[in-house]
Amino acid sequence: MRKAFLATAMAAAVALPTAAMAQDDTIKLGVLVALEGAFAEGGKDSVRNVELALQQHDFMAGGKTIEYVVAPSDTTPDTAVRQARKLIEQDGVDIIIGPLSGSEGIAMRDYAKTIPDKTVINGISGALETTWVDPADNFFRFNLDGAQWGAGLGTYVVEEKGWDRVATVAADYSFGYTNFLGFAVDFCRAGGEIVERFWVPLGSSDFGGVIAAMPDDIDAIYLGVGGTDAINFLNQYRQAGADTNLIGGTIMADQTVLTSRGRAKQALIGTPTSGALAEDNPDPAWQDYVQAYQDAFPEDERFPTPSLFGVGYYIATLAAIEALNQVDGDLGNGQQAFQEALANLSLETPLGTVELNENRQASGTVYINEVQEGPDGNLVNVMVGKKEGVNQTLGMTPEEFRAMGLPSRDTPDCEALAASAG
Amino acid sequence: MPGFVGRHPFWSLVIAVLAALLLWLVFAPWPPGLEQMLGRKRVFLNALFGGITLGALYFLVASGFTLIFGLMRNVNLAHGSLYLFGGYLGFEISEATGSWLLAFPVVFIVVGLLGLLLQHFVFRRMEGEELRQTMVTIGLSVVLADLMLWWWGGQSYTIFAPDWLSGPTTLPIISSVREGGEIVYLRYPAVRMAILVAAIVIGVGMWLLLNRTRVGMLIRAGVDDREMLAASGVRIQYVFLAVFAFGAGLAGIAGIVGGTFQSLSPGEDTRFLLASLVVVIVGGMGSIPGAAIGALVIGLSEQLGLVYAPTYSVVFTFLIMAAVLAFRPQGLLGRAR
Repeated sequence: MRKAFLATAMAAAVALPTAAMAQDDTIKLGVLVALEGAFAEGGKDSVRNVELALQQHDFMAGGKTIEYVVAPSDTTPDTAVRQARKLIEQDGVDIIIGPLSGSEGIAMRDYAKTIPDKTVINGISGALETTWVDPADNFFRFNLDGAQWGAGLGTYVVEEKGWDRVATVAADYSFGYTNFLGFAVDFCRAGGEIVERFWVPLGSSDFGGVIAAMPDDIDAIYLGVGGTDAINFLNQYRQAGADTNLIGGTIMADQTVLTSRGRAKQALIGTPTSGALAEDNPDPAWQDYVQAYQDAFPEDERFPTPSLFGVGYYIATLAAIEALNQVDGDLGNGQQAFQEALANLSLETPLGTVELNENRQASGTVYINEVQEGPDGNLVNVMVGKKEGVNQTLGMTPEEFRAMGLPSRDTPDCEALAASAG
Repeated sequence: MPGFVGRHPFWSLVIAVLAALLLWLVFAPWPPGLEQMLGRKRVFLNALFGGITLGALYFLVASGFTLIFGLMRNVNLAHGSLYLFGGYLGFEISEATGSWLLAFPVVFIVVGLLGLLLQHFVFRRMEGEELRQTMVTIGLSVVLADLMLWWWGGQSYTIFAPDWLSGPTTLPIISSVREGGEIVYLRYPAVRMAILVAAIVIGVGMWLLLNRTRVGMLIRAGVDDREMLAASGVRIQYVFLAVFAFGAGLAGIAGIVGGTFQSLSPGEDTRFLLASLVVVIVGGMGSIPGAAIGALVIGLSEQLGLVYAPTYSVVFTFLIMAAVLAFRPQGLLGRAR
């Protein structure tokens, strides 16, 4: 598989000088994906999933042959733009699929405006601003953003668990604010109260002081941290003998935390989280997709089930194929017909039906999971609910949503939301 | 100490007043006005103890570093790798045998042996050549980091403290007084108190060893005038081998401690190398009490900063370092050479 991939890449490199000559019967996809840095493993899974989606359609869409070129980035915005420029200017691609991380997405939105007759379909980057603040006409996002991933969890903890007083501890950067906003909007409108908010710098390793500062009379603590920060928090939380309920942000109970070694993660059992997917989703569309993924790649070259990153790139590739089929591969006239088809797609995906709004941002399903102990003592996410049709403005009107302000430490204002929800 | 008071009557007074204030803050029940200004006393006490215990961890790493760096003038930038290696090894041993305590002597010996090899095959060949040492040890740290990534993978590890140390313990310090006059004592993670005590014992032991024993005398003499000591019949290489092994072993057991109350993952090696560098710069090279004070200052600034000014907590450490470099370049307790 890797050899085949290398061969493709090398063939593409050899073919470079001739690529500029228009080949009418092929369409070129550029896959912009982080293959270095913190998300490198997820990036590799993304490439696998692009391959999978194309394989399922025999590398054909709209009557034309599809080729793809991979451009590796390292999750930084300037590398992403440099690689995108290389894809457009040197490789002559028609459509870019990517990027992977939040700040890359914002940079690509701005770059997309300089290439109006090409199309960018987001990979899995989740910054709210990408499609909310001054969006680009040719940038399409078929995945939910960081704020949408938090939706549904608030209602769930208030109504199912009866936790309506929480303190929050979240990472002090863009994704931390955005993901928290999704939870908080939902939670406050459902009648919950946020007693106190703590913001901790990314990479904090010692949370003793913050744990001690938790108010006494709360039902649960919302944790919007991830990776080693999350593990450090859980470890020290246990050692301090604290035993309040926990609520997790989207990256709190992902595979990096659940597969960590040692017993710190045990504190997570019973913690609800929300996010883009549920591994044990019984929906046949999801099950078929997981089966196809597992059949397509040998066990030691893939994850047990597709990662969040992989699913994002898979759906983005599906969208490109579907829209190309609708316009019979017509990319003429500055790709107008193609972009229109993308904007009006009602795409059947493994995660349910996805539609775009006027900002070309997806509305779709958010899954609520709960961490439980698996049969052999490992921890697994078990789906306990879902919320369908979550849109970009989280059920508010665009005016209300805009009035609330962009995500920050003090936004959203919980009391104002509770009042407006009546 | 009396000498210091005699020379600096004003600063002695300031230090005495600050110490008294700190003791009062710790032991007296807080009046409501103060609670309004600083938040609840429990939060302050936890941040304070968090800082002190974090300082204990930094001290364990940095004391080995300061011995090697300050006394032998070996620039060992692979010190962080020794820390991480010790931590991983400690995890394996405590998982395999179920004994947390057993991990300490085993790791101390194994990482100490690794230190012996480093000193014998690397540093002995480039004595006094700081630039070469720097380059070679940076290279070694990259190689070691990749080897560890290959063996232990990229996920995080936490070491489980034994049952008698898990959970909190009650300290004889008043945390708050309830309305009915009932006194609530401070509860604090037991494992961190144990580590604090251990760090103090090790620190005092090292100071005594260096300043009160024959071996310590040899080490100090070797640092001041190596040739003369060798001429008087002492096998100076053996002394330095022992010092290096001891410093490396300390870094190894600090890895277990770090894995117990934080976590181990790739990248922790450079984080702790940086922390030791800062501690040694603040405290003064080659001084064990200096390393203790430096570690305490850095640990406290991180924890109090995280609780009272989270936005700037990252900056405090480096502000302190810059201030020390500006006003006292040899470090708080360092000797001007």
